[in-house]
Amino acid sequence: MPSWNVNDQKIPQGRLALVSYVFVTIVVLLMVGFWKLQVVQSGHFADLAERNRVRSIPIIAPRGPMIDREGRVLVDSYPSFSILLMRDDPKSLEKSLPQIEDGLGIDHGDLRQALDAAKSEPKFMPVIIKPAATQADIAFVESHRADIPVLELMMVQRRRYPHDSMLASAIGYVGEVSVQDMDQSDGHYRPGDLVGKAGLEREYNDQLEGTDGMRRVVVNSVGKVMRTLDNVEAIPGRPVQLTIDYDLQAIAEADMQGKEGAVVAMDARTGEVLAMVSRPTFDPNDFSVRVPKEEWQRLNTDKQTPLLNRAIQAQLAPGSVFKIVMATAMLESKAIPENFTAYCPGSAVFYGRTFHCWRPHGHGTIGLHAAIVDSCDVFFYNVGKQLGIDKISFYASGLGFGRRTGIDLPGEEPGLMPSEEWVERVYHHKWYAGETISVSVGQGAVTVTPIQLARMAAAVASGGTLVQPHLLKSFPNPKVDHFALSENTVEQVTQGLYGVVNEGGGTGYHLRLANIDLCGKSGTAQLMSYDAANRLGNKKMDGWFVGFAPRRNPEIVIAAIVQDTMEHGGEAAGPVVRDIVKAYYDKKTARSQQQATTDSPAEPNSTKPLVATVGVQHQ
Amino acid sequence: MKDRPRTQDFDWVLLAIVAAITTLGVLEIYSSTHASAMAGMQWKQLMWLGLGVAGMFIISRIDYHTLMDQAPVLYMIGLATLLVVLAIGQSRFGAKRWVSLGGGPNFQVSELMKLIIIIVLARFFSEVRTDRLTLPDLAKVAVLTIVPVGLILMQPDLGTAMVLVPVAVVGAFLAGIEWKHLAVGFVLIALMIPLAWNMRKHLKPYQQQRIETFLHPEENPRSAGYQVLQSEIAVGSGGFWGKGFGKGSQNQLGFVPVRYSDFILAALAEEQGFIGVCVVLLLYLGLVLRLVDNAQKAKDRAGMYIVMGVTAILGFHVLVNASMVIGYMPVTGIPLPLMSYGGSATAFVFLALGLVMNVRMRRFVN
Repeated sequence: MPSWNVNDQKIPQGRLALVSYVFVTIVVLLMVGFWKLQVVQSGHFADLAERNRVRSIPIIAPRGPMIDREGRVLVDSYPSFSILLMRDDPKSLEKSLPQIEDGLGIDHGDLRQALDAAKSEPKFMPVIIKPAATQADIAFVESHRADIPVLELMMVQRRRYPHDSMLASAIGYVGEVSVQDMDQSDGHYRPGDLVGKAGLEREYNDQLEGTDGMRRVVVNSVGKVMRTLDNVEAIPGRPVQLTIDYDLQAIAEADMQGKEGAVVAMDARTGEVLAMVSRPTFDPNDFSVRVPKEEWQRLNTDKQTPLLNRAIQAQLAPGSVFKIVMATAMLESKAIPENFTAYCPGSAVFYGRTFHCWRPHGHGTIGLHAAIVDSCDVFFYNVGKQLGIDKISFYASGLGFGRRTGIDLPGEEPGLMPSEEWVERVYHHKWYAGETISVSVGQGAVTVTPIQLARMAAAVASGGTLVQPHLLKSFPNPKVDHFALSENTVEQVTQGLYGVVNEGGGTGYHLRLANIDLCGKSGTAQLMSYDAANRLGNKKMDGWFVGFAPRRNPEIVIAAIVQDTMEHGGEAAGPVVRDIVKAYYDKKTARSQQQATTDSPAEPNSTKPLVATVGVQHQ
Repeated sequence: MKDRPRTQDFDWVLLAIVAAITTLGVLEIYSSTHASAMAGMQWKQLMWLGLGVAGMFIISRIDYHTLMDQAPVLYMIGLATLLVVLAIGQSRFGAKRWVSLGGGPNFQVSELMKLIIIIVLARFFSEVRTDRLTLPDLAKVAVLTIVPVGLILMQPDLGTAMVLVPVAVVGAFLAGIEWKHLAVGFVLIALMIPLAWNMRKHLKPYQQQRIETFLHPEENPRSAGYQVLQSEIAVGSGGFWGKGFGKGSQNQLGFVPVRYSDFILAALAEEQGFIGVCVVLLLYLGLVLRLVDNAQKAKDRAGMYIVMGVTAILGFHVLVNASMVIGYMPVTGIPLPLMSYGGSATAFVFLALGLVMNVRMRRFVN
């Protein structure tokens, strides 16, 4: 037997026991360790476990479309992908940021800003870091699911303006909700939410925006969705039907191509806006994702203010269009006899200052009708001098000047109708009587917006009914103001305005249309004083034309302005008005003929498929 | 006195504890994998267990004195095998640990070395004729241990290499190491920690990373630190009563790394809660105490060293694995014996238990 194999040694019982005690101690310590995790900190870890496996993914509700009065789509939405950043694990988030910046080409500062903006949000709410993911972006997210688990894709509904800049100034645009709006929304908005920022998108935001849904899903360790816990479906936004007539809008847009100015066409009886153009303009598609900083800068600093809706925001001298107000004031106030005549030698001196007529050689002796038709300045200088500023102001204000029309668009400007009271309040001096002479021909302190001019013309031709212009087809209870005008006044003024277009020598004679009683008034506003313009050789002007048809109780009224032009209002803006009126009547004729030939109710053929398209998108 | 070792003399209490632990293990393997692509794993584990039990019976039949007679040969075979692995072994999980057994299942040869070191050190310690272990003896023990540890480290497999050390430490302790030597030993180890820290640049990248993430677990979310964190989340979220069988979201959804193997205790802790963990830990405590009992009743010191070698390795496994699961130790790839899925590991444990039975059966045999 080998030496080691001898059973002559006692087993060291003591040391064996000691080994047992050591192990007992180890087990006790381990139990304490598990106790700490599973009992003391179990709440904390249960929380972490839940965050590990549950993700909340918003389901963005599509914004409602905008359609024209016949159901043709003006604005709609289409599905696209946004990239979300999950924030529930701040540490792994921080780690991944540089990789995300690289992979998705996001500026570090922008990413920080997006995260900072969401600081007060609950941690389970992700942040949108790339609203319009390209194919490459989507591939990046998909291929890095394991090592960048904080990225997630979300299907979103993006705004689409199929006709690009058409009606853009009225439609406005959408953009990410601002911090102020978010604070005021009482938790309704979250960072990255798209809201209407301007125009109709903003005005009818509540109707257009739906209610976002939320999908809570269980994901596994590589971010794969295993199952859905619950699903709150998104409620799509409701469609908004506008009063706009696509056909008329298209003509107005085409006529204003390359020009500066605005057009607004309105149903004179109801206030429904049929067309609205402002030039220069922008393409709202540029805003539907995220406006690049440079583009935003350009739009905001451009001297031509493309973001301005000139139809309601440009406050301009009405020029001779103001003579409609002067004529109305003269007849209505009865301060001057109807058969009053003035002698126009081409200029006249008031209060020691020479005021020119647009026609250098003058009109000779002239009465009210001819003064409207040929737009004699000297005649209205005299009328203005006799009426005084307060009477003029009274009638101008009655016809809607100096206050907002109440159109359903944000940011409408009120224009300005000066008065003695106004000048004392604002400038603390007496009204200079000479100013009245300037105001009499729509120069000086008086400013108006195109929509105000259109409404004024409609009001005069309809006996003093001022409608509230609106773009929403189902606009509830449009406000109607009455500024009663006598039949004689209406008849005489409208005869004058009819003469402008339909009498040889009228400033709008070239605009006459067969079988249509187009009436109107041209206006040409000097951008600087007569003398200064002559001195500088700069004859740039604002050319107005306000027209309506038929002569009494008109159906359609249009105000058009072409700015910074060398032409007079009749030539510059008149054709725009004529084209729209002609198209309006052509459509009307076609419709009645169709009605005559078919027994079916008057529903344009083109409407049906377009309405169907809208329906499909919002199921 | 009986003249022949008999199967009836197996430690049936010990085997009952083993059966309880393996049952919990198989159930947890099933629970954590049944809903995944790895479903059916429990059957394979049952097969390993069956093979292990067979191995246990076979090894218990060979008198441990016979095995100890062959200790030098076994030692040489062990070292040679480790060298072969280094030369031709297959890399799996970034380390060469596996030898393909002619188309059969791959065998992690370092498991074999664990058995051999138990026998070799048992033989060495029983040759010490006194109750005091001298310094030269200690030096020899150290050399005997460090050679295979070094070879396994070169694979590299830090975990398994470390597992050999407790056999020597426990053996030396039982062989009568002087308290002052023991104290010096601990001091040396304590001094070596900063040294090892400076040597870390020579570690494999994955080892460096494991140490880094052990020290700073939050910084590397998808690596070893992430694994520890996920393990802690699973354990902690299990709470006192657990989420229920098959209902541990963290392990079911794959957040817990290798939930059926190294981190099976995390999966069990999530599903069975603190109560379940206590049951498991108490079973292991029972196992260890029962093993020590066997050592105390061994016929000779040789038998005692063998049993305590097994005890040292199993106890060390449990300590390191459970500590890792709750983030008290770095991730080293040491499975939980009898519970973690794995062929080689299961085979080793049963062969080691076979050695224990071997000793026990022969306590009355002359």
